[in-house]
Amino acid sequence: MNAKERMKIPRQAMPEQDPKVRSRNFDEVPYGYTAELAKKEALRCLNCPRPFCVEGCPVEIDIPAFINLIADGDFVGAAKKIKEKNALPAICGRVCPQEIQCEQRCVRGKKGEPVAIGRLERFAADYERSQGEVEIPEIAGPTGKKVAIVGSGPAGLTVAGDLVKLGHDVTIFEALHKPGGVLVYGIPEFRLPKDIVASEIDYLKRMGVKIETSYVIGKTSTIDELFQEGYDAIFLGVGAGLPVFMGIPGENLNGVYSANEYLTRANLMKAYLFPEYDTPIVKGRNVAVIGGGNVAMDSARTALRLGADNVYLVYRRSEKEMPARLEEIHHAKEEGINFQLLTNPKRYIGDDKGWVVGIECLRMELGEPDESGRRRPVPIEGSEFVLDVDTVVVAIGTRANPLVQATTPGLELNKWGYIVADEETGKTSREGVFAGGDIVTGSATVILAMGAGRKAARAIHEYLMDKK
Amino acid sequence: MASKLIEKRQLSENVFQMVFEAAKIARKRRAGQFVVIRIHEQGERIPLTIADADPMRGTITIVFQRVGKTTYHLSMLEVGDEVMDIVGPMGKPTNIEKVGTVACIGGGVGVAPVYPITEAMKAAGNYVISIIGARDKGLVIMEDEMRSVSDELIVATDDGSYGFHGFVSQALEEEVIKKGKHVDQAVAIGPVPMMKAVCDTTRKYDIPTIVSLNSIMVDATGMCGACRVSVGGKTRFVCVDGPEFDGHQVDFKQLIDRQRIYLEQERLSLERYLETLRKEGRGS
Ligand SMILES: Cc1cc2nc3c(=O)[nH]c(=O)nc-3n(C[C@H](O)[C@H](O)[C@H](O)COP(=O)(O)OP(=O)(O)OC[C@H]3O[C@@H](n4cnc5c(N)ncnc54)[C@H](O)[C@@H]3O)c2cc1C
Ligand SMILES: Cc1cc2nc3c(=O)[nH]c(=O)nc-3n(C[C@H](O)[C@H](O)[C@H](O)COP(=O)(O)OP(=O)(O)OC[C@H]3O[C@@H](n4cnc5c(N)ncnc54)[C@H](O)[C@@H]3O)c2cc1C
Ligand code: SF4
Ligand code: SF4
Ligand code: FES
Repeated sequence: MNAKERMKIPRQAMPEQDPKVRSRNFDEVPYGYTAELAKKEALRCLNCPRPFCVEGCPVEIDIPAFINLIADGDFVGAAKKIKEKNALPAICGRVCPQEIQCEQRCVRGKKGEPVAIGRLERFAADYERSQGEVEIPEIAGPTGKKVAIVGSGPAGLTVAGDLVKLGHDVTIFEALHKPGGVLVYGIPEFRLPKDIVASEIDYLKRMGVKIETSYVIGKTSTIDELFQEGYDAIFLGVGAGLPVFMGIPGENLNGVYSANEYLTRANLMKAYLFPEYDTPIVKGRNVAVIGGGNVAMDSARTALRLGADNVYLVYRRSEKEMPARLEEIHHAKEEGINFQLLTNPKRYIGDDKGWVVGIECLRMELGEPDESGRRRPVPIEGSEFVLDVDTVVVAIGTRANPLVQATTPGLELNKWGYIVADEETGKTSREGVFAGGDIVTGSATVILAMGAGRKAARAIHEYLMDKK
Repeated sequence: MASKLIEKRQLSENVFQMVFEAAKIARKRRAGQFVVIRIHEQGERIPLTIADADPMRGTITIVFQRVGKTTYHLSMLEVGDEVMDIVGPMGKPTNIEKVGTVACIGGGVGVAPVYPITEAMKAAGNYVISIIGARDKGLVIMEDEMRSVSDELIVATDDGSYGFHGFVSQALEEEVIKKGKHVDQAVAIGPVPMMKAVCDTTRKYDIPTIVSLNSIMVDATGMCGACRVSVGGKTRFVCVDGPEFDGHQVDFKQLIDRQRIYLEQERLSLERYLETLRKEGRGS
């Protein structure tokens, strides 16, 4: 097919559940491309001699190559091609902010819409999985070196996969009872089905990675004790798990949650299946979610699925400044989330039993740009109004959890408590200790955490092979 | 980590003592710390204080009161059964120092978490006056254990069926302070109203008082904030900043309110569980 014909094909929509239906269930929203749709979308790629899309992907997947394989109908081949660079394509295809990464750089986006790279990536990975157990790659002979990985989020999982392939003896230590990090406790089922995460973890186990769950480094054992037990190198991928509150009156009222708690109850503990599952959650009728990122969208859409009548999204800037993925904003709107933009909570109002009954809010306007380049929201005087709610979810960000740092002498931290690590190698101030992902950068993305994991794995391998 | 139940004892109608295999935790734990247990795949995570540990045998002891579905389920386990997950030791250990005379006060099942602290306070060279209390004689637990690690022991019952007639806070005031015994430090663990009453008493006499708070928890690693309480006007996370705090600074009203968030669901959950036990003919 020539370029002209390719240019004529419009971007293929991904079939998905009807908003009215899906807003009351926890099943995944998009069904994914069929083979036919995938092939058609793949034909839109112009196979650019200098593919800018690849430069937009933090792990540099050979995008035109895998898309070509899809166009040719070699779906498993496409999945293998992606996996040369990205061990978790079924996950990234679903959660990457493509519109600011690969797809933003696609030439087809200049006039019209970019190639749906994320959807194609997801399709290839899902297809491979649907063909039965995914074949594991060749594993190098044992090196006799032991590596401990702390945290089983995308950063830790990537390091584990890369190092086990090189023949190292790898053990992951995870504080929670299920591995996956934010992928299992944070991102909801309707956006990332947990059996996908489980099958990725199963794949690592089949490659020989050992996983110790319910094991808290800093409590059950310290970093120094791991070294004493014979580990030769340690990777810290503990994420940025500490919830942030605004410090306004009423934040400890009943019914006011951090997004971490709300989502952990719903996802990890499956509170949406209460009483089949033992963990309860407050099923509010009128719920307000504070924030404008992915975490806020996930919380708002979870509230809806738990049966809320009204879900407000209270965000202090305008929609343009929202950090959430475009698709999530779009889905949230379709499902009927009520966006209260340029609005900020001032205090929470409680009843005499300590339950939240309302939020006093202020309207905002945008002023001068701040350090982040976004226009700073400033309160409009006298614009106070009350939003009647019975549940609030605060999703305004997270910070570094200090459990590991507090018990690891000599580990250099920055002024916000994040671990200082070399960007190219993940090396920290402690010999043999590497770090990457959210605990170094602050809350970022799955693919950036994986990218950091990949670089650290390379550096750990070199370190281990140099060490006698 | 899964963990096997190797000893089980019923201490009173609703209080049980269990010994679990947990070598790593047994080796590391110090007085004041706790574990989080999840019994089965559908289970919730609940925090329980490590009442005792045997590092040689690799075991830990918990003592708990069955109050709802999860503790009821736990009480139904038999020796040889496993819980799916047990994680710890969580929380900060008690700050153990030689301060002079320490009053160690436990109410109800709170005697269990007070026991390891009492033992450590005594070992640090303090003169230890322990006060343990319960509603009636049948509910007094761990009296012998407490006696073995205390210089003096007072038992108090609300109904006067055994020992001092009244609350532990009254026993502290009448039997210790008013009898001229100087107390340098108090430790109080038990139901929130009891801890509050003790703090109201010790505040009058300027006795620094540590309490161990039992807020609702999920992860117990500082990640969710479910356990937050106000202490001295500041929000603190019980699981990582505590569980022990200066009792004179704690907002007990807020703690009580927050413990009641899931009251209705908890009742439903327990009823459902008791119904299945009845159907299986295992009800009690
Ligand atoms: C609700 C939500 C939605 C998101 N949506 C998106 C999205 O759509 N797209 C996207 O790209 N990114 C998204 N993100 C961000 C992304 O998930 C994170 O950037 C990424 O998961 C970071 O990976 P990580 O490996 O650094 O840490 P994490 O995923 O945070 O994993 C860290 C793990 O370490 C464990 N741990 C912590 N301390 C210890 C310890 N002391 N001992 C043992 N284990 C420990 C934790 O329990 C956790 O499992 C979202 C985040 C959230 C919370
Ligand atoms: C650090 C800490 C140490 C503890 N140590 C002990 C101990 O040694 N022995 C003991 O018997 N109990 C202890 N508790 C309390 C114990 O965790 C709860 O009794 C238990 O979680 C109740 O679970 P349930 O499903 O049986 O009851 P539920 O039906 O969940 O609740 C019944 C009652 O217990 C309270 N409760 C519910 N969930 C929790 C929770 N996660 N944490 C605290 N209270 C809760 C509720 O307010 C309610 O009044 C401790 C709590 C904490 C925070
Ligand atoms: S990993 Fe993310 S950025 Fe890279 S190609 Fe896939 S969707 Fe795009
Ligand atoms: S930039 Fe777009 S059109 Fe060009 S190779 Fe990449 S995906 Fe294909
Ligand atoms: S229980 Fe989650 S932060 Fe304390």
